[in-house]
Amino acid sequence: MTDPSLEALLSRSHALELLHGMLRIRRFEEKCAELYGQLKIRGFLHLYIGEEAIAVAAMAALEKSDAVVSTYRDHGHALARGISMNAVMAEMYGKRTGCSGGRGGSMHLFDAASRFYGGNAIVGGGLPLAVGLGLADKMQGRSNVTACFFGDGAVAEGEFHESMNLAALWRLPVLFLCENNYYAMGTALERAQSETDISAKARSYRIPAEAVDGMDVTAVEQAVRQAVAAVRAGAGPHFLELRTYRFRAHSMFDADLYRDKDEVEAWKKKGPIETLVPSLQQAGLVDDEEIDRLERAVAEEIAAAVAFAEQAEWEPVEQLLRDVCAPEPQ
Amino acid sequence: MTAAKATYRGALREALREALLADPRVFLMGEDVGRYGGSYAVSMGLLEEFGPERIRDTPLSESAFVGAGIGAALGGMRPIVEIMTVNFSLLALDQIVNTAAALRHMSGGQFHVPLVIRMATGAGRQLAAQHSHSLEAWYAHVPGLRVLAPATLQDARYMLPQALRREDPVLIFEHAQLYNMEGELTAEAAEIDIRSAAVRRPGRDLSLITYGGSLPKTLRAAEMLASEGIEAEVLDLRVLRPLDDRALAESVRRTRRAVVVDEGWRSGSLAAELMARIVELAFYELDAPPVRVCTQELPIPYPKHLEDAALPQAETIAAAARAIAKRHV
Repeated sequence: MTDPSLEALLSRSHALELLHGMLRIRRFEEKCAELYGQLKIRGFLHLYIGEEAIAVAAMAALEKSDAVVSTYRDHGHALARGISMNAVMAEMYGKRTGCSGGRGGSMHLFDAASRFYGGNAIVGGGLPLAVGLGLADKMQGRSNVTACFFGDGAVAEGEFHESMNLAALWRLPVLFLCENNYYAMGTALERAQSETDISAKARSYRIPAEAVDGMDVTAVEQAVRQAVAAVRAGAGPHFLELRTYRFRAHSMFDADLYRDKDEVEAWKKKGPIETLVPSLQQAGLVDDEEIDRLERAVAEEIAAAVAFAEQAEWEPVEQLLRDVCAPEPQ
Repeated sequence: MTAAKATYRGALREALREALLADPRVFLMGEDVGRYGGSYAVSMGLLEEFGPERIRDTPLSESAFVGAGIGAALGGMRPIVEIMTVNFSLLALDQIVNTAAALRHMSGGQFHVPLVIRMATGAGRQLAAQHSHSLEAWYAHVPGLRVLAPATLQDARYMLPQALRREDPVLIFEHAQLYNMEGELTAEAAEIDIRSAAVRRPGRDLSLITYGGSLPKTLRAAEMLASEGIEAEVLDLRVLRPLDDRALAESVRRTRRAVVVDEGWRSGSLAAELMARIVELAFYELDAPPVRVCTQELPIPYPKHLEDAALPQAETIAAAARAIAKRHV
């Protein structure tokens, strides 16, 4: 980039995109919590609030042809991947117009068009799947990357270690993205792990790995871009530990008794939106008016998504048994 | 009709070869399937023919390589995953039940998992309590899976191509006692489906209903009964999920008496499901209460005489049949 004004313009527009992406997730989930209180959304609801930088930055660094494997805390991943908010909200309601036809709900968001392979609610269950997607790409000579999200809790599962080994052994094009929010439900990392340096575990499988400040959207994007480029170039799996924090309880059933309020408050000050906005303001890249504009756009999108979900009919019970198996061939 | 000398193992291998030759998306993956040749020697020689990319040895990571099979299927391949035995498949139960079986539904039909998983099952080789169980009924419990139990050379040879044509996961249970079975491969591929049960021996007096490794024992029992004047029909289920209700009902309506033979444990077994269906489908046509012959309720013991005593045998099957058989006077 030779023209500094162009560079500034592009970086400003990109910074606003990132901010917009994070605000979409934050406000969408705040609305979901409200709708949960109104019994519009039922079942489990795991909010991503506080961790938005990771989804938004990581998805910005991936291509449309890449694959994404997510967890039960998947709303942010789904929205950032480009699944429409209407389809995600309708899924939260359990309507047929939802992105999984209403059959999955909050924890099982899927989208074939964006190669979004779910919403896996078995901790660690998505890792072998990502290894297999990477294997298929490698065997078919495609240059796709599979991005696999999981939390610090998954690191204790056997499937994590089996998958690290297999991906490294076969040099598969998988990017492992560990969202370390320091708690596996209510169990703190140091109460569950003999070695709390998660990236060190990946390195022990000879997978290049680093820890990144998951609250810094720019740092995450830079790290993911570098790792994606390396994976795509055939350097085998890479691993990022993204250090973050969830500001809300584990789920709507969680009284959040296992964390100090001071700890939560301290992390909130480090939040990804909380830190990006003042830094953009100080750099003169955004003003209050611009932020208002973004907030209004997000509010409108959310209102439309709620209306979309509300107005859809319930799927007739006669269709209960659909999508279990393919129809029997004649 | 062609006829050629074959073994069950050879028929399985030939099916694998044919699949690998026919479709570049097909590959075989599992523990020791390559250089070792397969723990039951099913894939012997395939590494040399197809190379390590397609005959893929895995580490001892059942959950990871079964899950990788699911992911590869999602990614456009047609993987065949071999798990050494059903006993070890419990380490991959999560991937099979929570992912492979559920993905189509959870995703509202957007994704499906065209994956074939083969594994050995069953007892009879003095391998004791961690290598001898018959747990296929657990998988037959799960919607989203198709469960096959080839008990003949024809099925060993021709079920696989049918399974590979399916969009959803198919589990194939190969009874460890059948691998050395010899005979003539008589059927044509076109005659083999993976949806129906098959009558292996006609008979008017009672139905012996079984599958997998119990089929040869049941056929022997039928011969013993025939020598006593009792003509038993032998129904081979072939497909453990979904069960062929029509064949079950037709057989029992013909003979009015049923003995279910199942190497699983009796409690909560496939035999229990079959008994329930027989009653549901043909209660008023029964002339005697249906009975069943299952494995005794203990982990399979090591000594030969105790292992034999734990399992269904031709003699115990025949005895159960005699107890309810119609007497010609």
